[in-house]
Amino acid sequence: MKKIKLPLTKEKVLGLKAGDMVSLTGEIYTARDAAHLRIWESLNKGEEIPFDLENTVIYYLGPSPAREGKVIGSAGPTTSSRMDKYTPALLEKGLKGMIGKGRRSAEVIQGMKEHKAVYFAAVGGAGALLSKRIKSSEVIAYDDLGTEAVRKLYVEDFPAIVVIDCAGNNLYER
Amino acid sequence: MREINVNLITEKVKELCIAANYDLSEDVKAALNKAHESEQNELGKNILSQLQENLQLAKEEMIPICQDTGMAVVFLEIGQEVYFTGGFLEDAIQEGVRQGYQEGYLRKSVVGDPLLRVNTGDNTPAVIHYSIVPGEQVKITVAPKGFGSENMSRIFMLKPADGAQGVKDAVLQAVKDAGPNACPPMMIGVGIGGTFEKCAQLAKEALTLKLDERHPSSHIAQMEEELLEEINRLDIGPAGLGGTTTCLGIRIKTYATHIAGLPVAVNICCHVNRHESVEI
Ligand code: SF4
Repeated sequence: MKKIKLPLTKEKVLGLKAGDMVSLTGEIYTARDAAHLRIWESLNKGEEIPFDLENTVIYYLGPSPAREGKVIGSAGPTTSSRMDKYTPALLEKGLKGMIGKGRRSAEVIQGMKEHKAVYFAAVGGAGALLSKRIKSSEVIAYDDLGTEAVRKLYVEDFPAIVVIDCAGNNLYER
Repeated sequence: MREINVNLITEKVKELCIAANYDLSEDVKAALNKAHESEQNELGKNILSQLQENLQLAKEEMIPICQDTGMAVVFLEIGQEVYFTGGFLEDAIQEGVRQGYQEGYLRKSVVGDPLLRVNTGDNTPAVIHYSIVPGEQVKITVAPKGFGSENMSRIFMLKPADGAQGVKDAVLQAVKDAGPNACPPMMIGVGIGGTFEKCAQLAKEALTLKLDERHPSSHIAQMEEELLEEINRLDIGPAGLGGTTTCLGIRIKTYATHIAGLPVAVNICCHVNRHESVEI
């Protein structure tokens, strides 16, 4: 198990290989379909986006609501391929890591090789378990999107597996 | 004739929405435990034990098993002697879903218009299937469906000449295409026969059948067995990272069909195959 402290710099990305089990500690942002569309549209128009993408990790997550006194509800990954259309533009802006589940497109993998980024899988359907590793959660943009709003999370020892590394090695293609 | 006030339907639908999202049925849990024992791939075994732990935690701490608490699919089997009072039945069902998703801290994952995509904010409307049966009972089944796996489901309009092998190939193709996207280990519901929409509904219903039972016709029961084995040889494995546990169970439902056709629907579900029923 490799322990990684975020932000995810290029040096850290270069040290990760497909198949590595990692645990992530630090700040990450959530964004899924609707938030990606807005970020992508803003980037195309040259407008500000809600957070700096440089050395950042995005978690493809739409959590269930938190109970009183809890940080977050169930919080596992959603299917990454729905974000493929928007991802190359984000990689260009310095996005270094993505946490999700399932396959990525050739364009995304090409972008990851070019800009040195890594794709992690978290275990799909283990949302209760994964929620325990999230220590704080705050909506920072697109509140109107409900579960699809952008959240800043602080995670501690968040377990993930490197599925596609920055050389394009892919654990799904064994 | 028996009168049933629709408020009772609201109450039951609410309870079922919540129950389904915090605990799985015994047959699914048994299949998961068995898979954990038999899985040879080390990483696969590790992931299966995380899923077991996740289930335990969900129940103990009341955290939904998965954050995608689904679009609610509601099956109503209504005895033909039943007379509903107190309001419109469908409104009562939608109200039950609304209350269940609110009070149960479940995610609101439904958009009103499929292209405009504005969240309805209360997880309604549900998809409702009614059927009329003899008697004066009402059976309600709530099956919240996650879309990571729903998106990987398929319909094949096969030719009669494709036969049993064609059906098996279609199922295997759908499972391979689903791969890691559908949160394996999966559960698979297959509908064979009927028309285009009928086979899709059969496949959905098949996901609510018990995993440890088999189809009453021996050739279909045999197909369930063979497919389970063949799917588990695909080496997709837990989370799609390899292993012998790709499918926890597959059930098939069949219906008569046209002389010219052989419709097959494959409804893919993840291991979080939720369905809860009650009879009133
Ligand atoms: S496919 Fe199932 S386990 Fe995976 S995220 Fe969706 S509901 Fe959860």
